Amino acid sequence: MRSRGDRFFAGSVGGLAMLVPATLLLITALLLIEAFPAIRTYGLSFLTTTTWDPVKLVFGAGAYVFGTLVTTGIAVVLAAPVAIGAAIFLTEYAPRPTRAPLGFLIEVLAYIPSIVYGLWGFFVVVPLMRSTIEPALQTTFGGIPIVGSLFSGPIVGLDLFMGGVILAIMILPILLTVTREVLAAVPSTQREGMLGLGATRWEMVTRVVLPYARAGIAGAIILGIARAFGETMAVTLVVGNSSTAISPSLFTPGYTMASAIANQFTEADSDLYFSAIVEIAVVLLLVAIVVNAAARLLIRRTGAAREGLVL
Amino acid sequence: MIGVKERTPVAERAGPEPATRLDAAPEPAVRVERLNAYYGSTHAVGDMTLELPSRSVTAIIGPSGCGKSTFLRCLNRMHEITPGTRVTGQVFLGNEDIYWQGVDPVEVRGRVGMVFQKPNPFPMMSVYDNVAAGPRLRGWGLSNTDMDALVERNLRRAALWDEVKDRLRRSGATLSGGQQQRLCIARALATDPAIVLMDEPCSALDPIATYRIEELISELASEVTIVVVTHNMQQASRVSARTAFMLAGEDGVGRLVEYGKTDELFTTPRDERTEAYITGRFG
Amino acid sequence: MNAALALQSGVGRNRVLRRRHVLEQTMVVLLGTATLLAGGLLALILGYVIVRGLPALDLAFFTERPRPFGVTGGGIAPALIGTLIIGLVAGVIAVPIGISAAIFVVEYRSGRWAEVVRFAAELMAGLPSIVVGVFVWAFLVRGVIGNYAGIAGSVALAVIMVPIVGRTAEEVLRLVPNSLREAALALGAPRWRVVLNVVLPTARAGLATAIVLAIARAAGETAPLLLTALGNVFFSADLFKPMAALPLQIYQYAVAPYDDWHTKAWGASLVLVAVIAAVSLLLRLAIRRGTAS
Repeated sequence: MRSRGDRFFAGSVGGLAMLVPATLLLITALLLIEAFPAIRTYGLSFLTTTTWDPVKLVFGAGAYVFGTLVTTGIAVVLAAPVAIGAAIFLTEYAPRPTRAPLGFLIEVLAYIPSIVYGLWGFFVVVPLMRSTIEPALQTTFGGIPIVGSLFSGPIVGLDLFMGGVILAIMILPILLTVTREVLAAVPSTQREGMLGLGATRWEMVTRVVLPYARAGIAGAIILGIARAFGETMAVTLVVGNSSTAISPSLFTPGYTMASAIANQFTEADSDLYFSAIVEIAVVLLLVAIVVNAAARLLIRRTGAAREGLVL
Repeated sequence: MIGVKERTPVAERAGPEPATRLDAAPEPAVRVERLNAYYGSTHAVGDMTLELPSRSVTAIIGPSGCGKSTFLRCLNRMHEITPGTRVTGQVFLGNEDIYWQGVDPVEVRGRVGMVFQKPNPFPMMSVYDNVAAGPRLRGWGLSNTDMDALVERNLRRAALWDEVKDRLRRSGATLSGGQQQRLCIARALATDPAIVLMDEPCSALDPIATYRIEELISELASEVTIVVVTHNMQQASRVSARTAFMLAGEDGVGRLVEYGKTDELFTTPRDERTEAYITGRFG
Repeated sequence: MNAALALQSGVGRNRVLRRRHVLEQTMVVLLGTATLLAGGLLALILGYVIVRGLPALDLAFFTERPRPFGVTGGGIAPALIGTLIIGLVAGVIAVPIGISAAIFVVEYRSGRWAEVVRFAAELMAGLPSIVVGVFVWAFLVRGVIGNYAGIAGSVALAVIMVPIVGRTAEEVLRLVPNSLREAALALGAPRWRVVLNVVLPTARAGLATAIVLAIARAAGETAPLLLTALGNVFFSADLFKPMAALPLQIYQYAVAPYDDWHTKAWGASLVLVAVIAAVSLLLRLAIRRGTAS
């Protein structure tokens, strides 16, 4: 029995609420439409070729895709061990009173605006990279056959490696938060079973807790990847934004898809140029949707307490 | 009135020398002296003193909250896993007090097997790896053939071999409840403990699975000392040679009320509280 | 084969056991160090922001507009005002939608549309902010409005805020005990009154938190504003023209070749971080005081 008031209220609330899926559809549709001229002109080569020439109207975003993949990869390789290690420490070993404060210190990193990360990275870390860290890496690893080429070439400081480092710091909090929750969700019966067999706590962690939680940890890493993919301002300031060469060296300056957009959008004079920039955003959009869905599915499967994280 | 078997004289404190493997000598028993267990400031188990004979089954019975599980977990130093807990007193396994100053609790737990109320096979490991988990922890370094033999032997001891021999490499989680518990028993037996503790091992299982495990317990008793906590008196009378009855007093502390041969305790209990419990007047 | 129950006390004859313990202790030290280092990052970043930003803070910094290239002096006043305006307008757009979505999902959860809304909100939360910026850039800046405009920035921020408001509001509304709703319904109140007069007032502290936190988060976003509001060195409250904003001003100061402007970038960062921190802390205190009473 619906009174008029009820119908009006439900209608208003529902109407406003439905704006959410409607906006999502609008965003997807509009971006696809605006990108269509570029999609039609360049097809798949948009992702694989690296020539980006606004004058001759040849647009290949391969270098941007490469830069995104490399910086994200570095970020995960650097951040995951630290985050998982810290999560293990906080869940199993840290003295109880210190757990919340220590966790808080790391998780608050998520609330620093990315432009501040960019500023700090540019003025504080890049000089250190250029003067100390990258030369040290080059001297240590430069001689080794395959690995050495990763650290070869002139050292500028503003490069894909630095982009990866700043992204690593930015994804650290979300990796830590989710991993902590996933580890805490491992049932105590499992832990006791291993301890009852005469295992040290560390053996319990490596032989039972981590294997049990591995789907959730994979989900955490994917969430971190999703975050790194779309990060713009911090990366823009430190990644170089100057070269579209694809080289095995991590010390090459480069672009990510997001930084390419941020750097070039004001110059989109021709329609095709504009369309090409939008197409980069379309790629980011599709990756974000797929990756986020995959991550949440994995985390849900381990029964971690909170699904949606407001981060 | 506590029915306690006459205590043998306190053995000499063992020094660093290891006890030698004596095939002819009797297996060590469990001797508890004035054991008290606490959760923070809550006194859960008070002044338990008793001696459990080797190579037999001893049941611990009592109403919920009487501290029987807590007491059991003190026998392999699992009680102290929970933060804020404390134990005083002595527990002698063989000649050595496991609560003596320099004893490594990890080693104690490796030497005493434990089976839990809810079957807890490790789902990320295969049946084979579950059984092999204990020996691998201890670094026994067995060759593949030796490990295969060990796994098979213990699965046979747990009366599970025939049912799993074709799916040793599959996860332990695919088994039924009763099978999972027998897998946990095999896992506990794999390190050749002299003592196995079982905390209500059948309470999560159906009657048929329960019956099979009770049979198993009786069979194993000829090789191993078994201590079973159970809330099922009939089970205690079926399975055990001796029974200890615990009760929480008005102060909330669980204490030993009576301890003796199972048939005597159930037919002619000496304490009126024991009689009240086994005739179902409370609890 | 039955191993005798021999416990080696203290002397640790058992080499394997000792090795296992050493391994654990090594790992604990490693992991603890990693945790402390990660925890120290925050101090490192905030430390630099404070140390390098403080020198920039003076009265002129807060009241004047930026000077032309190469001229010292000036401040971030337009950016402060712009952030306020853009943020508030974004809030006006996003809050009703976000809270309505939460009400829809919680109070009308039986309908299948509720699940659609929830799923869409989750997807929207995962959108990279640059993608949102490109959308509004294409839709409003190059489309409907025709030029860079403050209101485009508000729309972009609103898209980012809606899922944040919605998700926190949903959690808050779920915490309202069902018994309250049922009691009101049993008294004969129509559904809409139950929500407006019982559920929402009960949840109002949490909802306020959700709103303020979302605005604070959105205030720090730069990428979407870059492509929409663009930034402005002059005082302007015209929503249909480019508008200044704090994160944009930081960016413009940072990429310029003047040391003085770099210091101002740090100063502006300090202001931004301080505002976000103050807002979050005040909220926590307010919640604690609220639940205590």
